[in-house]
Amino acid sequence: MFEEVGTTAEGDLVINVGPQHPSTHGVLHLIITLTGETIKNVEPHLGYIHRSIEKMCESLTYRQFIYVTSRMDYLSSHINNHGCALCVEKGLQIEIPPRAKVIRVLMDELTRLASHQLWWAAMGMDIGALTPFFHAFREREAINDIMEETCGARLTMNYMVPGGVMVDLHPDFQKKVKAFIVLFKSKIDEYDELLTNNTIFQNRMRGVGYLSKADAISYGCTGPTARGSGLSCDIRKLYPYEIYDQLKFDEITEVDGDCFARYMVRLKEMKQSLSIIEQLIDNIPSGDFQAKTKAVLKLPKGEFYSRIETARGEFGVFIVSEGGTTPYRIKFRSPGFSNLSALNHMAKGHKIGDLVAIMGTLDLVIPDIDR
Amino acid sequence: MLSLEHITHSIQSWLYGSFNARLALGIEFLIVGLGAITLFAILGLVLVFMERKVAAFIQIRLGPNRVGPGGIFQTLADTLKLAVKEGLTPDGADRFLFNLAPFLVIIISMLALAPIPFARGFRIWDINIGVLYITAVSSLSVIGILMSGWASNNKYSLLGAMRSGAQIVSYELSAGFSVISIIIFTGSLRISDIVASQQNGWWIFKGHIPAFISFIIFIIAVTAETNRAPFDLAEAESELTAGFHTEYSGMKFALFFLSEYVNVFIVCALGATLYFGGWMPLHIGTWTAFNHVMDFIPSSIWFMGKTFSLIFLIMWFRWTFPRLRVDQLLNLEWKYLLPISLFNLLLTTVIAIMGWYF
Repeated sequence: MFEEVGTTAEGDLVINVGPQHPSTHGVLHLIITLTGETIKNVEPHLGYIHRSIEKMCESLTYRQFIYVTSRMDYLSSHINNHGCALCVEKGLQIEIPPRAKVIRVLMDELTRLASHQLWWAAMGMDIGALTPFFHAFREREAINDIMEETCGARLTMNYMVPGGVMVDLHPDFQKKVKAFIVLFKSKIDEYDELLTNNTIFQNRMRGVGYLSKADAISYGCTGPTARGSGLSCDIRKLYPYEIYDQLKFDEITEVDGDCFARYMVRLKEMKQSLSIIEQLIDNIPSGDFQAKTKAVLKLPKGEFYSRIETARGEFGVFIVSEGGTTPYRIKFRSPGFSNLSALNHMAKGHKIGDLVAIMGTLDLVIPDIDR
Repeated sequence: MLSLEHITHSIQSWLYGSFNARLALGIEFLIVGLGAITLFAILGLVLVFMERKVAAFIQIRLGPNRVGPGGIFQTLADTLKLAVKEGLTPDGADRFLFNLAPFLVIIISMLALAPIPFARGFRIWDINIGVLYITAVSSLSVIGILMSGWASNNKYSLLGAMRSGAQIVSYELSAGFSVISIIIFTGSLRISDIVASQQNGWWIFKGHIPAFISFIIFIIAVTAETNRAPFDLAEAESELTAGFHTEYSGMKFALFFLSEYVNVFIVCALGATLYFGGWMPLHIGTWTAFNHVMDFIPSSIWFMGKTFSLIFLIMWFRWTFPRLRVDQLLNLEWKYLLPISLFNLLLTTVIAIMGWYF
């Protein structure tokens, strides 16, 4: 299965990048073929953190399986939970209370912000600038504190349940989020000063890892990766869920299709998320935070699919139900997997340093790809 | 006023008074050697600690603060850890070259330390081709790096070493040219002459625009030559894990680490000597009172202050800039720095001939 690592007949160098490598952000294993410093071929090998989550879900009830999905894309666990809850609600045909909807959207956007901040931090590290990491984590810490208060967890929240959210917001939630908005608004320009406007950074990013719109579609890319190529694919706009159709925000697209375009998409999305949070934070309706559901959930016989926009792209949940308390089959469509498939196409002909930059702009989360 | 010069002189006269000339010279060698090694170790410790504190300051964190007051013994503890670690030699490595490389690198760094004047009359060897000697010796370090990369039997190391080879050989040119422009002004390669020529003003002020341009080129080139970010392609943590020293552990790794910092010190000391007057105090024209006050500050403090300011500048680069790509690195040298420094050399020569400098 594995290509022989060493030297090929043509004298090309075949080397392993990962599964333990500082720039693969986890246990991604790439086998790259090099001519000098130029990349001829990139072959990702997966499975180092495969936990067979889909199979595990088949033996868990509809309330239980949501917890497992926090461990997939751990940087947007709220949104994963949300997607699963949406699918179960679709099957049960529950209408959730307006307060729960607003809370869910708020949490999603906070998660998206935190995820993009971490991506920005790691992007700088990949390019060789170590300082952005600490600056982005300073703001991310505030979000984590907000999450911790309300959800009791900082990474794997398990806050969204079928019918709404698990517990009501912490009394300090609004105050803290407002404080965060003030903090982040004063800091987001620093991001540009530190990294975006740097000439070295722009030279490293511009014209590197080009992905055309047609290729983005054929590789199944979604999220900021595809939007950097000019493909409009924001699920929040195209198939609005919860209250996204009532909110004012822009879908960010860039036409260049290179690393810098993908970078700018994420940077601008942070500002959009911030504006969504600003719109909602003073308008959280009162009422129940959870719809009344039965103690044991049973989805009717049939197939259900829901899609949601995570920080990395489209996350799909497909449930096949036989009418029992556990799903017959669950399939997750994770954004990272499809985005990774375009890596070879993008990296060919570039240098090793570019491969790292391209991987950075794909925003890979390996447990999301392997599941 | 008692200065380092008096101490060295009294030691020398005592040695030559008490022993015959040959034995005295031998003892001097021993003292100087021990002094150099001690200085080396202290510089390493101080610079590593300084780097960590500077990095912490730039990255809004505290840095080492547990071992000793303000964490000043942290590097000592780290060195101790590295000293007791096993020095692995990977399977399939060229054992001789693999183990030789770190020592070669550190010996070369030590050699380059020789002609640097630390204070008035306090230097190891005032050779008449001092500047040329430093440039020549410091460019030898590429051999050690290539050796380590090749002998490690690791492809990352090899890539890092090859990058480093291309980089050091290229940037050597610009560094050399920028040094030459100061030599054109002074007319001497001897470092004590260069320092003496800055009695009434440092070259960065006296040398008009060409001196300033050559200083900027010098700083860029030596940052690249010492493999520091944004030119740390030989290590390139996120690309090549650790580049040429991926396979090294324990004290052998520590030697690479140490030599990197000492190299930074050497090039900054050279920069301070060439452009900022070395140990020469700041003198402004006819302000006699001011000049007199400046003379009161010991020359060693002047030298260290200037050198460490330049070191801080280079550390600042490291923690602010992203890394260049290998082709951009070579483009920068061959397409921009080299033509500019050649033109600058011409400009310097014209100014020197016409006597337009102060």
